[in-house]
Amino acid sequence: MRAYTERIQEAARRLLTDNLVDVVIGFRKGTVPFMNEPFLAKNLDHVRQLYWDGNCGINLANYLAKRTDRVAIVAKGCDSRNIIVHLLEYQIKREQLYILGAPCHGMIDRRRMLASLDGKDPTHAEEKDGAITVAGQDFQVTLDRQEYLQENCSICIHRNPVIFDELLAEPVPEQQDVDRYPDVRQVEAMSPEQRWEYFENLISTCIRCYACRNACPLCFCPTCFVDESRPQWVGKSIDPTDTRTFHFLRAYHVAGRCTDCGACERACPVGIKMRQFTKKMEKDIKELYGYEAGVLPDQRPPLDTYRPDDQAPFIK
Amino acid sequence: MREVYITKEKFPDVVGKLMNQHRVFGPVFQGQYHEFAELKASDEIDLTYQNTRLSPKGLFHPHSERMFQFSLAKGDPEAGIVKEAPKDYSSRLILGMRPCDAMAFRLDDVNFDTTTIKDPWWTRRRATTAIVGLGCNQPCRSCFCTSVGTGPFDPSGLDALLTDVGDGFILQAITEKGQELLDGISDGGPVPAAATEKATQLRKSAEAQFVTQFDPKALAEKDMLELFNASFWDEVQFSCINCGTCTFLCPTCWCFDIQDEVCEDQGDRIRIWDSCMFPLFTVHGSGHNPRSQKLQRVRQRFMHKLKYYQDKYHDGVACVGCGRCVKYCPVNIDIREVARLMTATCVCPA
Ligand code: SF4
Ligand code: SF4
Ligand code: SF4
Ligand code: SF4
Repeated sequence: MRAYTERIQEAARRLLTDNLVDVVIGFRKGTVPFMNEPFLAKNLDHVRQLYWDGNCGINLANYLAKRTDRVAIVAKGCDSRNIIVHLLEYQIKREQLYILGAPCHGMIDRRRMLASLDGKDPTHAEEKDGAITVAGQDFQVTLDRQEYLQENCSICIHRNPVIFDELLAEPVPEQQDVDRYPDVRQVEAMSPEQRWEYFENLISTCIRCYACRNACPLCFCPTCFVDESRPQWVGKSIDPTDTRTFHFLRAYHVAGRCTDCGACERACPVGIKMRQFTKKMEKDIKELYGYEAGVLPDQRPPLDTYRPDDQAPFIK
Repeated sequence: MREVYITKEKFPDVVGKLMNQHRVFGPVFQGQYHEFAELKASDEIDLTYQNTRLSPKGLFHPHSERMFQFSLAKGDPEAGIVKEAPKDYSSRLILGMRPCDAMAFRLDDVNFDTTTIKDPWWTRRRATTAIVGLGCNQPCRSCFCTSVGTGPFDPSGLDALLTDVGDGFILQAITEKGQELLDGISDGGPVPAAATEKATQLRKSAEAQFVTQFDPKALAEKDMLELFNASFWDEVQFSCINCGTCTFLCPTCWCFDIQDEVCEDQGDRIRIWDSCMFPLFTVHGSGHNPRSQKLQRVRQRFMHKLKYYQDKYHDGVACVGCGRCVKYCPVNIDIREVARLMTATCVCPA
């Protein structure tokens, strides 16, 4: 991980010095354990702050939409896929971008990490050789990194960037024979009543803060449907009808576009697993169209393609 | 004021008896984290908690509240008349609130309870609620209460204070309300000298764990426009995703929106939390938005808490250092860092 930090700084320095980019989007070290902050390096002074470790789960593609300058961006597998989605959706131009691909080892699930410490307050965390050593005032534990990955990372099959200008390290082996949807199948097997209850419980603690929506690179609409005020489509309260409407519509808006980067779940302050919605969409798109979002830069996504000779009956 | 000692063995009984007289609220573990909830059983309360995920402000200023109701039914003689929606003002007791959160209500009072404006719901709930605090023996790393004028055992916002001394609690009355509460508790005994000594130790060791994060007074002395125009906001705002996490979790963020919702011929006037981080917060009827840029919104939150509030009320900052925003901001924007930037001696204009 340290090696990535050095490589990122070296590349950033080079790109800025050679005036190949105007800014570099990466991370700087966080102020609390298991958190880093997305950071915009504008000059060589800033470059020293660029940093990388297993706490860079925020999807940096979120900071790209509608930028007009020349940007270098550090991109994990998922970020790179969201960059492709951005390119396909005209949010940024390829020639504006210099992608520093970061072959990814999976990002740490901060929530699970903290829960495992049983209320103890960590002050430091250090990753080394597949282990994380966490220390606080009067404790130190070493944990297996693999066990504390974000859920989406543990089932990720695109850890290597799918589009890049240079790679920060040798590609990592991709995970093989991953079953991505056991949880979705479980929900599919439920009766409609059970399913309803399952989703009601899932979102019952939502406070409508929109961290999930705003952490998502796909949510770049100038005005989100929940923020429309003339007319106002969705109620603002935490009445279950309003919360439900928000979650269902958000899930449909990202159908065929979601890369399962997990930024939404990571951001939620109350730990709601809203990927349960988006993963179902993802599974359907895969089964119906054989399509994975953000993998091929030169193929229109199925849900924004229209063909008069489409064989599907709904077109007629 | 009096104090009593309640052993941990007897504590559930004490809570149980209180539940016969009041609606009792306390920190309850709800799956992933603790939240203040009305106790259904006396053993639900968990005083080993650190702090609740959401602040207890919702007990006085709920996220979504029905203020009024009205009918739009044709032929209804009362159609269009806005009537107060029924609310429960029976006596409440909140047990185990952290001193910082209780202090926050005093800061919020300047908004809801002034000589000219009295928010009826806030003030009535405040009047019919007693708050029993729980001193922090083991403050979190993200807390900084002592930097903002309160502390882990600060009694200022409380009616009574509990201190966990191991085998039992010392319960101290702070206000008349607290005293009355103590008078009603028969399971307490005199406080053993050893317990008093332990409490003093705990307080000292808790306070010693804090380092001063920034000096609010230095901010009071800064020129407002100089801070407003400072160049560092550009750096601070970059990572912000303008969500409602920091403001919704914060005990001192009081902003709300009011809307009418109509279903068929019945309507409700509701009040819901709002956040200065949302673009919609400042959109005018004309469509113009004076804070259309993210930078303006991010700056507003910090300026309001750390500068405007101070300048307006001359009573410290609008932050009690509970650390919720520090812990849960999804992109790690840390108010302590921002305050340090704001207090740094050289504020260069952009
Ligand atoms: S981040 Fe969590 S609490 Fe906030 S709107 Fe999304 S699901 Fe609800
Ligand atoms: S600003 Fe942050 S630390 Fe201060 S009271 Fe609000 S949530 Fe707590
Ligand atoms: S910081 Fe923003 S939401 Fe919080 S009280 Fe101030 S203006 Fe309102
Ligand atoms: S500072 Fe953090 S919590 Fe607050 S709006 Fe910005 S991203 Fe959300």
